[in-house]
Amino acid sequence: MRSCREVSELVSKSLDVHLSLRERMAVRLHLMMCRHCSNFKKQMLFLRRAGASYVEYLEKTSRKESVKR
Amino acid sequence: MTDDTLIQHRPILFRYALLHLRDADLAEDVVQETLLAALQSDAGFAERSSLRTWLIGILKHKIADQQRRDARETRLFEPDRVGADEDIEEHLFNAEGSWHSPPKVWSHPENALEQEEFWRIYEWCQQNLPARQAEVFMLRELVGLEPEEICKEANLSSTNYWVTLHRARMRLRACLEARWFGKQQTGDK
Repeated sequence: MRSCREVSELVSKSLDVHLSLRERMAVRLHLMMCRHCSNFKKQMLFLRRAGASYVEYLEKTSRKESVKR
Repeated sequence: MTDDTLIQHRPILFRYALLHLRDADLAEDVVQETLLAALQSDAGFAERSSLRTWLIGILKHKIADQQRRDARETRLFEPDRVGADEDIEEHLFNAEGSWHSPPKVWSHPENALEQEEFWRIYEWCQQNLPARQAEVFMLRELVGLEPEEICKEANLSSTNYWVTLHRARMRLRACLEARWFGKQQTGDK
């Protein structure tokens, strides 16, 4: 059984690359039994969405500022 | 090299410029200048790097010129900011690899994306990442470069790239939990 620390690294890595079958199974098994890491995975997915939204927010607010000027 | 080939890189160049200049109009201007410069000097593109890496190299100079013109040193991430890329995991996990302070449930995180105050905290958390982590996080999550491109851009090995990006995410997650989502649960917001 992988530790939370190892699983957090794999969850983070899975945002960018395909994990091996063994890694995917290990993560899935761990997440079924660990709500902390399950929360962590949801938060990592949120961070990815937030990154895209932040760029939109930055563009929108800078255009508003530009209109004011 | 055709106009169409260059145009397809425009969105990533725009995001890169926007994050450094924080002004959409100026960002569009420097991207336009970059694409024009690329068209005029495509002999300079020796295919020793990817086209996008070459374009970003030109864009960096254009951004620096713009910042000098405007004396706008409002960079999102200061490259000389002090802050070691220390191993945050040592603080987050115990010797067995279990969480010291487990992640809490973030209730309705999508709602945060609509709130101005959340973005101020998000920016604060990003700006307080160690410089190398901030750079890698920005290039991957905000600009959208591929890992191989980031390794070249930031002069990192593949292993160091993954470790750096993971630490950036861990820090940002912990910061947002402490300054936004944790406070929501205790009723401070």
